Amino acid sequence: MRVLIVEDDREIAHFVQRGLKESGHSAEVASNGDTGLEMGLSGVFDVLIVDRMLPGRDGLSVIQTLRAAGIRVPVLILSALGEVDDRVKGLKAGGDDYLTKPFALTELLARIEALGRRVSPDEAATRYTVGDLVLDRLTHKVMRAGEPIALQPREFRLLEYLMRNAGQVVTRTMLLENVWDYHFDPQTNVIDVHVSRLRGKIDKGFARPLLHTVRGAGYMIRDGAA
Amino acid sequence: MGPRNLLRSTVFRRTLTVVLLLAGVAAAVTGLVGWYANGVLTQSSERAVESDAVELRAELMGRGFDALAQLVTEKSRSSGGGVYFLAGADGSVRAGNLDRLPNWSGAPGRGVFTYSRGTGAAMTTRRAAGLLIEIDGRPRLVVGRDIEDQRALLLAIYRSIGLGTAVLILIGLGGSVLISRHIQSRIDAMSRASAGIMAGDLSGRIPSDASDDELDRLARQLNEMLARIEQLMAGIREVSDNIAHDLKTPLNRLRNHAEAALGDGRGGDAWRNGLERVIDEADEIIKTFNALLLIARLEAGSTTDGFETLDLSRLVIDVAELYEPVAEEAGFRLDCATDAGLVVLANRQLLGQALANLIDNALKYADAGSGPREISIAVRRQTGMARLVVADHGPGISPDNRERALRRFVRLEQSRSLPGTGLGLSLVVAVARLHQGVVTLEDNEPGLRVVIELPLARPGANTAELGEQQASELETARG
Repeated sequence: MRVLIVEDDREIAHFVQRGLKESGHSAEVASNGDTGLEMGLSGVFDVLIVDRMLPGRDGLSVIQTLRAAGIRVPVLILSALGEVDDRVKGLKAGGDDYLTKPFALTELLARIEALGRRVSPDEAATRYTVGDLVLDRLTHKVMRAGEPIALQPREFRLLEYLMRNAGQVVTRTMLLENVWDYHFDPQTNVIDVHVSRLRGKIDKGFARPLLHTVRGAGYMIRDGAA
Repeated sequence: MGPRNLLRSTVFRRTLTVVLLLAGVAAAVTGLVGWYANGVLTQSSERAVESDAVELRAELMGRGFDALAQLVTEKSRSSGGGVYFLAGADGSVRAGNLDRLPNWSGAPGRGVFTYSRGTGAAMTTRRAAGLLIEIDGRPRLVVGRDIEDQRALLLAIYRSIGLGTAVLILIGLGGSVLISRHIQSRIDAMSRASAGIMAGDLSGRIPSDASDDELDRLARQLNEMLARIEQLMAGIREVSDNIAHDLKTPLNRLRNHAEAALGDGRGGDAWRNGLERVIDEADEIIKTFNALLLIARLEAGSTTDGFETLDLSRLVIDVAELYEPVAEEAGFRLDCATDAGLVVLANRQLLGQALANLIDNALKYADAGSGPREISIAVRRQTGMARLVVADHGPGISPDNRERALRRFVRLEQSRSLPGTGLGLSLVVAVARLHQGVVTLEDNEPGLRVVIELPLARPGANTAELGEQQASELETARG
């Protein structure tokens, strides 16, 4: 994936750039809004990371101008402003995801992966398959090795989100945001218990587990060892 | 107070204006009295001259020139300020108390003239007003009245006006200076006191002298205000002390972990573990910081951005469902009872977080309790209100601590030993306040019962939107 980082803080920009490169992506840095807009308009990037407060042209204006120019590239907004309203404003301006500083690199990487996949044709798929696990979005049926598995509605949505991002790390915050639509941080790790319940239903009794815990990051569903 | 400051002083300027105004009025009144008296005196002397002239003319017509001369001589002798002169046919003095015909400007008739009285060194020139009358076609008879005394009286009146005004102004000026000095000195005392307070001595007070005049009342009112400010400042100090404690302790732990890892001679995995603990601590600090920031922003602003009409019962069921597995894992029964159709105007994220905090707290504190392992959540309809209750059977909060626990940024001692920011309840209070709600803590016998009363949304406000939302949710559920 080619990622453009529009961020004026040199250290944060290079930290993110190194992290992306280590995960096998290419990343370029623009240190102000105007350069960022210029590079973004070239249309060669798969994902943009845009800081909200930039010297010169601010982040939201960069995104709005890109959208006005018809560029649909997924954008993740990085911001020190974490209020609920700020998130809404950011998403309204054309951002696709919103991450508050200070952030964990694993969180940022997981979100970039998810954003990069969002435009892939998988989005429209009606069936997700991971190994011998099949989820049918139309009939709301889940089968493992041909055997039907009964899931609660929330468990179904949890599995759906994990399978849409199969092979990618999904963080607890991403699950809370996308499955429950909560943008706050519950002090207890409520998500872990939901995931372990789901795991009990889809992996229990099977030799090969599909739902893996990625230490220090989150979860991943995939066929094979984590 | 220097002359320049004096001129700038409002009191001085106002007093002086009043004094000048009074002096002007006094002068005008006295002047008017003088002018009127003068008019009366002039009129009476004119009348006397007129009646004299009539009498003399009648004498001349009736009894002839010699009789006239006789009458003039008689009148000249009587006192009363009469001035007479009668010339013979040759122009020489025939009778009267003037030695010659006075200089008369203009034609015979009414006029003012000067004449001399007395002889030698005692001779004085005086003024008189009267008539010059022609006899046989020549001006030969003068009838007048002395007006020198009247003029002197008028002059005295005018002099006294000038002098009186000058004295009044001088006294007024002195009075203004004294009054403004007195008031200025009291205001200066107030300024000095407030300068001291501004310099940081919040216990300072403005001097008050029990006179109960307006300045004294002002001073006492300002002192009441200062007492209130002092109290608020003490509150802020307490809050910042709490914040400092909440952030410094984990920062210290973070530093300790980093230092311990750095000094660990084993290297490798020991360093890795140390760094992981550092990151964990940093995450905790970020959480605390975010919570503090959120509470501060909620407290500061009454923003209703992001507010929507939402079904409170649904939200409660939603959050309860999120926590149900965790509760079960910890051996708790999560009991959720809701009245349907309670619509509130709220920020879903904030209200959700407040509810999550309450359930989180209940799980955390009730764990140590000996009561039944049950947490009950309920939303009930009250008149115009929704009553949201989260109750546990933990150790609860003692009655004397309940009020304190609801105060901003206050952590009770029992929360410091448990994980978490300890700011959960503070956030709940801030969120409730933003929604015009009230939080109360009650005894659940045993345990803690947190009650949030929220105003229900007025019917008609965005209900169409809500209907749509519910319909679409129903759709998804069925789908």
